[in-house]
Amino acid sequence: MRPEPFGALLYHFGTRKLSFLKNRTILAVVQSLAEYPDVRAACRAAGVEDSQQQPYLHALGVLAGSHMLVQAEATEAA
Amino acid sequence: MTSTATVPRLIEQFEHGLDAPICLTWELTYACNLACVHCLSSSGKRDPRELSTQDCKNIIDELERMQVFYVNIGGGEPTVRPDFWALVDYATAHHVGVKFSTNGVRITPEVAARLAASDYVDVQISLDGATAEVNDAVRGPGSFAMAIRALENLAAAGFSDAKISVVVTRHNVDQLDEFASLASRYGATLRITRLRPSGRGADVWDDLHPTADQQVQLYQWLVAKGDRVLTGDSFFHLSGLGEPGALAGLNMCGAGRVVCLIDPVGDVYACPFAIHDRFLAGNVLSDGGFDKVWKDAPLFRELREPQSAGACGSCGHYDSCRGGCMAAKFFTGLPMDGPDPECVQGYGAPALARERDKPRPAGDHSRGRRKSGPVPLTLSMPPPSPPQRMCNESPV
Repeated sequence: MRPEPFGALLYHFGTRKLSFLKNRTILAVVQSLAEYPDVRAACRAAGVEDSQQQPYLHALGVLAGSHMLVQAEATEAA
Repeated sequence: MTSTATVPRLIEQFEHGLDAPICLTWELTYACNLACVHCLSSSGKRDPRELSTQDCKNIIDELERMQVFYVNIGGGEPTVRPDFWALVDYATAHHVGVKFSTNGVRITPEVAARLAASDYVDVQISLDGATAEVNDAVRGPGSFAMAIRALENLAAAGFSDAKISVVVTRHNVDQLDEFASLASRYGATLRITRLRPSGRGADVWDDLHPTADQQVQLYQWLVAKGDRVLTGDSFFHLSGLGEPGALAGLNMCGAGRVVCLIDPVGDVYACPFAIHDRFLAGNVLSDGGFDKVWKDAPLFRELREPQSAGACGSCGHYDSCRGGCMAAKFFTGLPMDGPDPECVQGYGAPALARERDKPRPAGDHSRGRRKSGPVPLTLSMPPPSPPQRMCNESPV
């Protein structure tokens, strides 16, 4: 994962897929995932209230479903 | 490259440039066993100034620090460099993925077995015709058989997902389905890219580039069957032919923003199709390293500024094609802020019909044939030290 001004680039050396995190908030969520018991807590810690989490949960689901990194249809929100 | 139909915001971000390229093309040598008529880098003979093994390793170290995900290694024929395999191993050991392009000359069964054992190396076999007749007319006699032998060796060794890399021309655009079945026969993926009028390609572009009708045919093929075909996002000049997003990929010019080229002597150009002083950003040896050139070169800073739509500003399709390919315009002698020579709205053809001054490529490493003009010599300076003894001017 490579942070960039707009968010981050992800590259999976196994699948050769390039993905994008399209804002800094989702980057912060991804970076801090390991520190929290669940994704909602990580989102809350990054300043995303429960009512606004849907796009973030979706993005994380996409990342997870594709071996963590494929298809960074991250989020157009925020 | 993964992306989605709703990417305009991302494109804008990319147009401002990234802290490091996503990937870059690195041509390791100008030496080549073939002499393809459309060679982007006018390759043939090795350049005596080519980077040493240690220079190359230093660049790889820098790419690792910058987190460049992978390099597209080409040439010339990169595998003829004696240190080629050592450099591939060094790059993958340093978290820089390698994709290399080859005409297949060194892909023996032994090499294929070795490649099959690595998870981080992709191989692209260049092939410009689905038949020997079409291919060899462009790439030279025997080149089809050589490429097929390489594909057979890779498949036999269990190397999965080799790429067959095709430059689309007037003569092979009708063979796209045949290329696709050739790829599936060898468990490979088809990759097709645009013919650029760069290098020796400038000499043959008028005769080889797909006609206007063929451009439409190519676009329709890509929309219908392009899902599993790689394009290097090189056909963005066609995107005005349909709905935005119909063509997979980023569809923007990444030159100096998300990609660039390092040539065999360490010169950094905006993209692989732009080997000319106009697009030279600096040199990795004399300008303080690649990172510095990427971040600070005035040329790259200029390319990351908003570009003028110029004559294309009033065209409703500008948002799709964004004026097309900078290098294609430059080497066909068209204005940089006007239409692409293959503009699908038809603005390229009249521009090509006008008086044009086509710039010559900066370097030519071709073997033989083209050296018809005067040969430039480098005049060396006399040694700066004083003579050991004064001339004896005595007449006696």
